Amino acid sequence: MPSPEDYKGQPPAWCPGCGNFSILKTFKEAMAELNIMPHEFVIVSGIGQASKFPHYLKCNTFNGLHGRTLPVATGIRLADHAMPVIAVAGDGDCYGEGGNHLIHAIRRNIDVTLFVHDNQVYGLTKGQPSPTSMEGMKTKNQPLGVLSGQLDPMALAVALDCSFVARGFAGDTAHLKDLIKEAVSHRGFSLVDILQPCVTFNKINTYQWYKERVYHLEPAYNPRDRVEAFRRSLEWGERIPLGIIYRNDRPVMEDRIPVLAERPLVRRSFEPPAVEAALKEFY
Amino acid sequence: MDYSVKIGGEAGQGIQTIGNTLARVFARSGFDVFTHQDYESRIRGGHNFFYIRLSDKPVTAVREAVDILVALDREGIALHERELSAQGMIIYDSSALKQAYEKPHFLDIPFTALAVEHGGSRIMANTVATGAVLGILGMGRDILEGIIRDTFGKKGEEIVSANINAAAAGHDYAVRHCRRCAFSVPSVSGPKMLIAGNDAIGLGAVASGCRFYSGYPMTPSTGIMLYLAGRANDLGIVVEQAEDEISAVNMALGASFAGVRAMTGTSGGGFALMVEGLSLAAMTETPLIVALAQRPGPATGLPTRTEQADLEFAMYTAHGEFPRAVFAPGTPEQAFYLTNRAFDIAEKYQITAIILTDQYLADSLWTFESFDPAKTVYTEYRLKGDAFKSLPGYRRHAFTDSGVSPLAVPGDAEHVVVTDSDEHDEEGHITEDAETRVKMLRKRLFKKLPLIRQEMEPPIFYGDDNPRVVIAGWGSTYGVMKEAVDLLSGDMSIGMLHFSAICPFPSTGKFDYLSLLKNAEISICVENNATGQFARLMRAETGYEFRARINKYDGRPFTLEGLKGEIDAVTRGL
Repeated sequence: MPSPEDYKGQPPAWCPGCGNFSILKTFKEAMAELNIMPHEFVIVSGIGQASKFPHYLKCNTFNGLHGRTLPVATGIRLADHAMPVIAVAGDGDCYGEGGNHLIHAIRRNIDVTLFVHDNQVYGLTKGQPSPTSMEGMKTKNQPLGVLSGQLDPMALAVALDCSFVARGFAGDTAHLKDLIKEAVSHRGFSLVDILQPCVTFNKINTYQWYKERVYHLEPAYNPRDRVEAFRRSLEWGERIPLGIIYRNDRPVMEDRIPVLAERPLVRRSFEPPAVEAALKEFY
Repeated sequence: MDYSVKIGGEAGQGIQTIGNTLARVFARSGFDVFTHQDYESRIRGGHNFFYIRLSDKPVTAVREAVDILVALDREGIALHERELSAQGMIIYDSSALKQAYEKPHFLDIPFTALAVEHGGSRIMANTVATGAVLGILGMGRDILEGIIRDTFGKKGEEIVSANINAAAAGHDYAVRHCRRCAFSVPSVSGPKMLIAGNDAIGLGAVASGCRFYSGYPMTPSTGIMLYLAGRANDLGIVVEQAEDEISAVNMALGASFAGVRAMTGTSGGGFALMVEGLSLAAMTETPLIVALAQRPGPATGLPTRTEQADLEFAMYTAHGEFPRAVFAPGTPEQAFYLTNRAFDIAEKYQITAIILTDQYLADSLWTFESFDPAKTVYTEYRLKGDAFKSLPGYRRHAFTDSGVSPLAVPGDAEHVVVTDSDEHDEEGHITEDAETRVKMLRKRLFKKLPLIRQEMEPPIFYGDDNPRVVIAGWGSTYGVMKEAVDLLSGDMSIGMLHFSAICPFPSTGKFDYLSLLKNAEISICVENNATGQFARLMRAETGYEFRARINKYDGRPFTLEGLKGEIDAVTRGL
């Protein structure tokens, strides 16, 4: 079994105290416990502080464009569905720039695990509001405060019948590790929204703010009850639930494509006889 | 023998069915066929037509004169009667058009009544019309009956024989009633291959080992996706309809990164959305094929019509400086082989290769004896399996003499494959180091570019050895320029230069096309756009300026008569 040290990457360039550090550490531990070696999985990321994540790890990496993690992850997964594909994005990256892709990745139910490092603010561009910023939050760019409503990624995902919907907290790593392991092991599209304090630009949603509000979903909670899941997903403010909010066993996209039944696309070799047959159709 | 048949009517009346079936009959019989579709952006109504030219010699362009007009609506007659040749005939059904025409070149054939009487359903009126055209041309019914069996076989013998009877009824009626018909066709031997530009690109992708195609429907590129989707299961290809073109290009890049040959396709507006992905492909050095089928812009423009106005867009779009390849086939045959070329170059140099067509080429059916898969190449450039495993180390973007770094299949070895849209080091990790930046840019651009340029074929020359007049063009104007040269060669010394490898611009090493141009008395650049983008490119790349330009930008292709007239006007007084 690998050790967390086996996933050691480049030295992180995040701000001291950033919530991303604990996510990184927890992720290494989870992958080691899942016994998935660095070369056996791929991380796709976009642009933002969260998207630097794979550079600070050792793993196959496609660090693409802002907002475009999920289409790349989908393409990789369809080409090689034997390889676990993990997408890492921030709230601006995934819920803003890439919002349309999120909706359709959930619809496809491609077996990709998406971790959204949700700090409710833009870090890389220095403090503009994100889709999950709370209404009224004042920034240099929004002197009137944020006028748009706050996006609720959990409710959105439940509404779309997303196969696995969970929320973690960077300040609760033992719980987060289990969520990461569950999400990576789940067959189907998984969304894990990780509350991740930004110590530099978000002075509202601090470690303390989250700690006063988060609670673990109780053991008797049934994540397969979609209506109850929707009710819980709406909780925000005084109480914020952590854990697996919703899960189902919807058919996975890769399983529904006959071409992929035998072996991954990448394992197919070039077949000249197929070309001859294709040519004959034009007479 | 050189006949033109036009089927005109509203969208939804079955114009395409009649046109496609007739084209298949002619091709199977062994005739040379060229078709062109003129349709509006609507599913019902409006006026559309399907144009078919058939001959016992190669035909590669639209002629203005029509020999047989099948009019499914009154507008078809109003618009196209004046195009009729001296011996031309119009066939129509007076009960359907609610009007009778008494002029001698009209033949009223009760398509619907014959369909009901002999086929048992008015749906077969189109089959009656198809049979009638063959009757007018003096052709037999055997090949049509074979095609009816191929088309309706799955629906059962009853449907097959009903259609055969309907076709026979139309055929017999035309033979018995068209006393004025003076058409005769020689006997030729078939079958010939019949293929449109879009299908040829799809087939070229198959012949190149394409495993993944993602796209968003957009006229006139959709046919490529439809071709591949229809055969995906048999050919082992995954075709995914993306939520938008941004997703389509990124999916293709993901699949390519994972180790398979991947392609996307679109038209101008969709390509605009893909542009960011083009830049990503360049930075990550991920092979990518893009089929870009042009239509007139700006914005939604004329969605179902044709133009060559996205040459500069294809060549220069996307942020940053990087190499790309652009091919512009002139025929479905060129589209097939150049698609293969595009795949090979994209994989070899880890770049984007664009196949630039337009609605005219995408939708036009041409006949050929055959395409030869033996003339295509498939070279495995990826580092995979044991070759990857046995390496002591691996750096995805390693500096090499050629600028091409080893492109490995992730997961095949314990080495990790890392790439980044940020500037990166040899391992693929983000860096801002100035020296690395310079070395990476030199690797990606300056080292690869001359190697890619060497791969670009010079233009094709056709015509007089030392022509006084040279017409030049690129992409879909190949056929009409070639026939214009044939038409004019009796009157003047004329030749044609056709460019299908556009970017990087081909050198004069293999063929000194510049001397040919300079030695001519007049050179004319023929383009289906307003500003002469290729003429401008020629001047930028070589310093050579065409003496004259012929531009057409009404959304319609050049006709043979139209281009000949324009060349005549430009060369008058020489």
